[in-house]
Amino acid sequence: MELKSNIPDGPLEQKWDKHRFDMKLVNPANKRKYKVIVVGSGLAGAAAAASMAELGYEVECFCYQDSPRRAHSIAAQGGINAAKNYRNDGDSIRRLFYDTIKGGDFRAREANVYRLAQVSVNIIDQCVAQGVPFAREYGGLLDNRSFGGAQVSRTFYAKGQTGQQLLIGAYQALERQIGLGKVKMHTRHEMQELIVVDGKARGIVTRDMVTGEIESHMADAVCLGTGGYGNAFYLATYAKGCNGTAIWRAYKKGAAFGNPCYTQIHPTCIPVTGDHQSKLTLMSESLRNDGRVWVPKKAEDCGKKPSEIKEEDRDYYLERKYPSFGNLAPRDISSRAAKQVCDAGLGVGPGGRGVYLDFQDAINRLGASTVAAKYGNLFEMYERITDDNPYKTPMRIYPAVHYTMGGLWVDYNLMSTIPGLFVLGEANFSDHGANRLGASALMQGLADGYFVIPYTIGNYLAGHKPDKMNADQPEAKAAAAAVQDRIGKLLAVNGKSTPTDFHRELGKVMWEHCGMARNEKGLEKALELIPEIKERFWKDVKVGGSGDELNQSLELAGRVADFIELGELMCMDALQRRESCGGHFREEWQEDGEAKRDDENFAHVAAWEYKGEGQKPVRHTEQLSFENVHLATRSYK
Amino acid sequence: MEKHLNLTLQVWRQKNAQDPGGFKNYEAKGISTEMSFLEMLDVVNEGIIKKGEAPITFDHDCREGICGACGMVINGRPHGLRERTTACQLHMRSFNDGDVITLEPWRASAFPVLRDLLVDRSSFDRIIAAGGFISAPTGSAQDANCLPIPKDNADRAMDAAACIGCGACVAACPNASAMLFVGAKVSHLGLLPQGQPERTSRALDMVAQMDAEGFGTCTNHGECEASCPKGISLDNIAMLNRDYLKASLTYRPEVESGGF
Ligand SMILES: Cc1cc2nc3c(=O)[nH]c(=O)nc-3n(C[C@H](O)[C@H](O)[C@H](O)COP(=O)(O)OP(=O)(O)OC[C@H]3O[C@@H](n4cnc5c(N)ncnc54)[C@H](O)[C@@H]3O)c2cc1C
Ligand code: FES
Repeated sequence: MELKSNIPDGPLEQKWDKHRFDMKLVNPANKRKYKVIVVGSGLAGAAAAASMAELGYEVECFCYQDSPRRAHSIAAQGGINAAKNYRNDGDSIRRLFYDTIKGGDFRAREANVYRLAQVSVNIIDQCVAQGVPFAREYGGLLDNRSFGGAQVSRTFYAKGQTGQQLLIGAYQALERQIGLGKVKMHTRHEMQELIVVDGKARGIVTRDMVTGEIESHMADAVCLGTGGYGNAFYLATYAKGCNGTAIWRAYKKGAAFGNPCYTQIHPTCIPVTGDHQSKLTLMSESLRNDGRVWVPKKAEDCGKKPSEIKEEDRDYYLERKYPSFGNLAPRDISSRAAKQVCDAGLGVGPGGRGVYLDFQDAINRLGASTVAAKYGNLFEMYERITDDNPYKTPMRIYPAVHYTMGGLWVDYNLMSTIPGLFVLGEANFSDHGANRLGASALMQGLADGYFVIPYTIGNYLAGHKPDKMNADQPEAKAAAAAVQDRIGKLLAVNGKSTPTDFHRELGKVMWEHCGMARNEKGLEKALELIPEIKERFWKDVKVGGSGDELNQSLELAGRVADFIELGELMCMDALQRRESCGGHFREEWQEDGEAKRDDENFAHVAAWEYKGEGQKPVRHTEQLSFENVHLATRSYK
Repeated sequence: MEKHLNLTLQVWRQKNAQDPGGFKNYEAKGISTEMSFLEMLDVVNEGIIKKGEAPITFDHDCREGICGACGMVINGRPHGLRERTTACQLHMRSFNDGDVITLEPWRASAFPVLRDLLVDRSSFDRIIAAGGFISAPTGSAQDANCLPIPKDNADRAMDAAACIGCGACVAACPNASAMLFVGAKVSHLGLLPQGQPERTSRALDMVAQMDAEGFGTCTNHGECEASCPKGISLDNIAMLNRDYLKASLTYRPEVESGGF
């Protein structure tokens, strides 16, 4: 397998501009002859589908929810970055580029990240034109806030509902194209296979989640914007339906999987309350702008009410350890710091797995009403879930799985190792290296969808003759038969444990051995346990119902089966990456509790190639070269 | 303090759109007050699957009150009795030991039941496709700060845009009207300068689609606002009525040009 990044030559600042000129164009009159499938209607998918339809391509878009507006992007709270420098505080495209590369612990491609920073400014313009109601100042201009890992204020936001508003903007653009007949939307359709003909991606097999019908859809190119795979951990901040199925099927058809072990654990989530827990809820990182994180200094104070613990008995450990970034230290660092204090027996709440996020100082300084205006809806959400009032008593938070930086490997054009298969948004591995900074996933999803794929798809299609291939192709039939077969198998087992039982079990193994801190012994253990779970799953799962009806248990079973395999790959990758970087913390490689990179041996992307059932996948590498930034130890002190 | 509850659920079971459907009772035992309402249903469903029966089907995804997927009528109220709360944000501490809880799907002809508590809400998408947007093709935008917008207008637009499209307003309305949903979109876009060029056609087209989908008329019951988990205000309906009236009076259908 050859990993050609296809990064254009020339100076960093001019690469994208030059590339746009060098890429081939499709004649406007010919565009309608090409059909493009977009799987996913989140920020990446909806933006891509709408923009490509506007250009004149025939687009078919798929999502598993009942409406494209419900994609998981809707849940993003805090904001979206852009190098507008509206604050005049020293921001620039170069600074956003640098912060993102450094935030990713020097494990992302310079050229991709620079392009991301460049188009970030267009995203805000585009969204405002669509009517996204970003927060404004009294003068009527756009407001900004700061987010972790940056010392400038470049985050645009819409209350605590930024993802919702950005997605509704993209959704409305998409619905407009649906109304015009340019996009055919298939809701409640789950992609279950990729169809590859003559080495090119030519379609997908879906299951109609209402009727159970298995359908093949053919096209000239396929784009996956199917989101992240963090639900492999069972408990995560993801929506319940988020799955790795689409990318996993593509992987098994030959698309390389980039850096599967890079997972982001977000420091500010509501702690677990019990075994019944079905998901974890994020409390936006923006809260760390005004909230102060602390734990008691003495273990004997941990059981006391926070108000009974005197100021001098509190350890504001982020402020202490990282004086220049304080509570705004990046996510991986803040999460690890929380784990360390809890491991040291200083955690609060049930099981000692929690730290305080305290707003008392902010309320004293700004007044409760200003705090309410900024975070009111988040406080309300917290109170609903925990029954505690954060205006009166500090929030209790703990880290939780939140984002996957890994994903299908793509080149500079967002094309995977399968020609004609493009991957956008969280589903690809591209821009965040080993750790994503806050407010940059929304930026990347929209950059990919609005401003990258509309150009790069044309370059690919210009070299491909539209041929209206139909689903009678043997490859399409075989893919559909494979889906039928798998569903038949899942239903036939008729064992004793539900798909959720297995999902929970997998999640425990992943969290324990491939979570916030990883080590060789633990990962090896996980690599023994997971195949055993897989074997038991296929012998003992109980699905219930049939395949030709709406069957949510069957949907889940299929996703869990894929998560088990994907989880195994994550552990293999984590084991092989013998260094610590960003969210990937190997206990064997640390210095004063901080991640210790090994640039000599690991300044590369690991891209895994599937070799068939029962075979070991092969790890390929793409060397990363840093010509514009100096590889430095990432310090936030 | 965590407590454990024993509850009886009366659940609407309906195999598919053709099935007439009916209520079936389930016992939910030892339910922790720390659980969310949907986690309680998860527990019941795990028991049902283990018995080899089909679990209770309901829509859900984010479980944070933002995606708008969940929605069921709980004890006669869309999303249950707690104000401004989606079903997924409801917690079992709002219930008492021994409670009998009835669960039904949204009832509206424009939202046909697909299975159990899960309905087809694609009519909402078609209303948006008819006009609930600003035509701003990718790439055509000017610099975002070229268009200052008074903070108050931006904030009001945001309040209207907070609608999650769950359909509770329709389920609560005795006429199954979608006026609050449509009004929220007309207000969100109509309060912004970018939304002005299409303001007339938007109101007309969205209302026409709403009628075509079979939603009822608004007779000012106000149940929609009361049941909205996001507190979308009735003022949005007033704005829709104003826009619609004005549009009906001023609208000139497009005349085919050429030929003269
Ligand atoms: C709670 C929370 C808060 C966040 N806050 C922020 C923030 O403030 N700022 C920020 O930058 N980022 C934030 N993020 C991250 C960010 O929201 C996501 O990374 C981003 O929205 C992902 O967008 P996407 O388009 O790639 O995928 P998604 O929005 O996840 O969309 C995936 C789409 O694919 C479809 N799909 C998936 N699988 C299949 C399948 N098999 N078949 C058919 N369709 C399928 C789904 O239906 C959906 O339409 C947050 C994430 C979470 C969980
Ligand atoms: S599940 Fe998303 S709003 Fe309830």
